[in-house]
Amino acid sequence: MDLIFISEIVVAFMLVMAGIFGLVGSLGLVKLDDTMRRLHAPTKATTLGIGGVLIASMIYAAVFLDGLSFHELLITIFLFLTAPITANFVAKAYMHRHVKKEDLPPTGGEYGWAVYDAAPEDQRPIDTK
Amino acid sequence: MIEAALTFAVTCFALALLFNLWRIAKAPGVVDRILALDTMVINAIALLNLYGISQKTPVYFEVSMLIAMVGFVSTVAYCRFILRGNIIE
Repeated sequence: MDLIFISEIVVAFMLVMAGIFGLVGSLGLVKLDDTMRRLHAPTKATTLGIGGVLIASMIYAAVFLDGLSFHELLITIFLFLTAPITANFVAKAYMHRHVKKEDLPPTGGEYGWAVYDAAPEDQRPIDTK
Repeated sequence: MIEAALTFAVTCFALALLFNLWRIAKAPGVVDRILALDTMVINAIALLNLYGISQKTPVYFEVSMLIAMVGFVSTVAYCRFILRGNIIE
């Protein structure tokens, strides 16, 4: 059991898992029957899939090519950070178009849902425009 | 072994791209299309990186970084346009 063989197994395993997760993400996008449910599949499963591909690529470059590099980790972190932001924006756009304000429960906070109500004047951060 | 895993992963992501295309063609609303386009960008990054592994070159990391940034910004811009009717206020 040398290092090359073990890293080959690890890379192949990561690639197969990444492929399965990517496929499951898009399958959920097709199969689930509501936009808010469909939102879950690509933002979680596909993000995990791309993370697996990038980490497999990093291990492959470290063992078989010219050495360890952290470019892939940079892309992985970027995608993992931006996936929740994208999901939040898509959900807000869906609520803006399809959900009425009266159908939502009260927030229980100082002011209402951010999609419909602006924050009160005295609690806004400084306007930098 | 890596070649077989690469073939499997490329097949999976190509199928995923086809599913996304189907969702874009038959979506009930514009929000679903935005979601499917965002997923398509992520799948395209995955395919680019798999191609980079198969060609044994690190060139495609920069390409996929750029595509990741452009995809994120365009998704946010689309959603913002639907939310506010304007992108930069």
